[in-house]
Amino acid sequence: MVDFTRLWDVLVVGGGNAALCAAITAAQAGAQVIVAEHAPKPMRGGNSRHTRNLRALHGAPTEVLTESYLEEEYWDDLLRVTGGRTDEGLARMCIRASEHAPGFLRDCGVVFQPSLSGTLSLSRTNAFFLGGGKALVNALYRTAEKLGITILYDTEVQHIAIEEGFAREAVLSWRGFPQRIRCKSIIASAGGFQANREWLREYWGDAADNFQIRGTPYAQGRVLKDMLANGVQEVGDPTQFHAVANDARAPMEDGGLAMRLDCVPFSIVVNKDVERFYDEGEDVWPKRYAIWGRLIAQQRDQRAFAITDSQALHNYLPSVFPPMRAESIGELAVLLGLDAAKLERVVAEYNATVQPGTFHGNKLDDCRTEGLAIPKSHWARRIDTPPFYGHPLAPGITFTFLGVKVNERARVMMADGKPSGNIFASGEIMAGNILGQGYLAGFGMTIGTVFGRIAGEEAAKIVRN
Amino acid sequence: MTIESDATIEARRQMEICNACRYCEGYCAVFPAMTLRREFTSGDLTHLANLCHSCKGCYHACQYAPPHPFGINVPQTFATIRAESYAEYAWPPAMGRLFERNGTLVTLAAFLGVTLVLLLTMALQDPAILYTAQTGTGAFFRVIPYGLMVGMASLSFGFGLVAMAMGGLRFWRGTAPGAGQKPITVAPVAEAAIDILTLRNLGGGGHGCNDLDDSFAQTRRWFHHAMFYGFMLCFAATTTGAFYHHVMGWKSPHAFLSLPVQLGSWGGVLLCIGTAGLLWVKSVTDPGPVAKRLLGGEVAMLALLFLIGSTGLLLLGIRHTGAMGVMLAIHLGLVLAFFLVMPYSKMVHGVYRGLALLRNAQEKRR
Repeated sequence: MVDFTRLWDVLVVGGGNAALCAAITAAQAGAQVIVAEHAPKPMRGGNSRHTRNLRALHGAPTEVLTESYLEEEYWDDLLRVTGGRTDEGLARMCIRASEHAPGFLRDCGVVFQPSLSGTLSLSRTNAFFLGGGKALVNALYRTAEKLGITILYDTEVQHIAIEEGFAREAVLSWRGFPQRIRCKSIIASAGGFQANREWLREYWGDAADNFQIRGTPYAQGRVLKDMLANGVQEVGDPTQFHAVANDARAPMEDGGLAMRLDCVPFSIVVNKDVERFYDEGEDVWPKRYAIWGRLIAQQRDQRAFAITDSQALHNYLPSVFPPMRAESIGELAVLLGLDAAKLERVVAEYNATVQPGTFHGNKLDDCRTEGLAIPKSHWARRIDTPPFYGHPLAPGITFTFLGVKVNERARVMMADGKPSGNIFASGEIMAGNILGQGYLAGFGMTIGTVFGRIAGEEAAKIVRN
Repeated sequence: MTIESDATIEARRQMEICNACRYCEGYCAVFPAMTLRREFTSGDLTHLANLCHSCKGCYHACQYAPPHPFGINVPQTFATIRAESYAEYAWPPAMGRLFERNGTLVTLAAFLGVTLVLLLTMALQDPAILYTAQTGTGAFFRVIPYGLMVGMASLSFGFGLVAMAMGGLRFWRGTAPGAGQKPITVAPVAEAAIDILTLRNLGGGGHGCNDLDDSFAQTRRWFHHAMFYGFMLCFAATTTGAFYHHVMGWKSPHAFLSLPVQLGSWGGVLLCIGTAGLLWVKSVTDPGPVAKRLLGGEVAMLALLFLIGSTGLLLLGIRHTGAMGVMLAIHLGLVLAFFLVMPYSKMVHGVYRGLALLRNAQEKRR
């Protein structure tokens, strides 16, 4: 039975990778740690359950990473995707510390694997978890239990009582019962607010109703909102999130990775008005994977349609839900609910501008269009080989970037500019410090691991003093 | 066109999700084999199901495992399809029904086997032979006549082998890929043999599988090795005994340090350890990925093998006493039962798993 009367050293709010890295590190430093996870045990782990890898700096090949990936290249990649909207000091610290993230996780029982198929060719930069994020989550919980960490499932932290930058206790719902936990320090690792549709509506209006929430439905942002309302400094653009092109037929919550569609570079993509709106062949898909969700979110009814033909079908991973299939573009348009004459015209215009070239599915090739207002820069082949295929697309949101401001020791900053006395943060709840916009594959898990470890160390230091 | 089973339809739904996810590709042979396909015929699914060693890694790692609405549970679904394939490809086909209540069948066969041998012994020999000490050359055959022992064993075991071979042939044809059978060459056969002998697919990519829960261990692999190699040593003991009898003219009982007795003793010990261990694993494992309906047949077969091993060891221990006769009859009754039910029991998994591994080794070389 959990003792709610005692004073705990560290309360970790959340149950994903960032939370557990913090809890484990604090416990290893001798602290008495309690973890409050909102989800029930089978659904534990937040969005980490759906992840697959983390991006790690390395100077030489390792068992699971090829070649090398050094600070400047990593930083350049981050700078490019964020368009400069990042905090260089925090980002570089995180990048440097990422070198030790796989080793830490391995010591916690996480098994890595060399990447095989269907992994967006990330084997140089990203270390893959064998079995994916849920296997990682299982290993971390197992390690936490061995360290004597108390884990509360079905436990939602609803309020953190903060006085002058100091947190004294948390108010929570423990298996439906109101409880309080008193603690010497708190680590907030409770994720973003992406599963809170009402909150999303504040920025996106009715469009928010058409956003699919890819990950955990428990990311309600309750702790984030509570902290921001109680004197914690805000960071990040509340309208920004990580979002990908999902199958429009996916469940509205928790559909996970398998709902994403990789067909965009091998298709043309039109909106409900049967107009193309972005260069589908701009860059290799791993680098463009994370912009398409937002692009689709900006279209009418948050819908788009990838149109392709039988030549391209095997260039991308199969989709869970089979694509619409027809012998002519006109019939396909009818199946997709689009204006048939207009789609025929758009495809014909596109086909007429396709330049001769040699197709290479995995690298930037010279197959492009010439003369279109919105070009397709690579992998442009004529769409002329029936059967034709159509995938309906919707934005699938992974996590939001609005967060709490932290310093390089993962300490939460108060609105008055002073660091909190005993509140720390790690994971999606503070990722907006580094990710002002855009995303690098596997970087969320890197931020979670790096800042989780720092938060755990710092929280344990407070306890010792 | 035959009507597909619910399990087959369910497995297809699951494979279509898995094929878009592929997080499990590092665990075993099933997932790389899956990625070679975009559509899954019932033959494909039967092949993949028999390739599955039920290591449960994919269940514990699955972001879509129950209670997620997708409810992905590959080990459980594949176990059901395997059982259906055992019934479908059984020979003669009518005997496929014996897989329906397999635990009952194996248990009944064991009781009937023991009863039959005891009764036959009493009917054909002097009943007193069952409780008087028999020593010296030919002691065993004074309890059960040599001709009867060898005759019944050869007939039942021989039929079992033929039935399993026919089942294997039907399975091989039934799971043929769309492109047709490929000629069987040395390299895939060697690879499949190594996979079988090492149970590579129970290695989970090096660190073991989820025998009991989401922790990794090689427990099941080692217990299965003990059982398999124990079984093989027992088989070698019998073969050596037959060789001594027919070629060398050396009649049993053999000395404790003789080859047949040594092979049989160590084989029996390993068989007991392996089967008892696997029974333990089955009884304490997380029930989530287990096909509970099939447990009866599996437990009964493990128990039968354990009893064969343990009665064999007991027989060795008491062979100079008056209890030898009864113990020999019980031991041989259990062996007879094993031979009779062999083609209609969990034992057929060895044939189908082996063929699936062979097909997989062929496919990889496309």
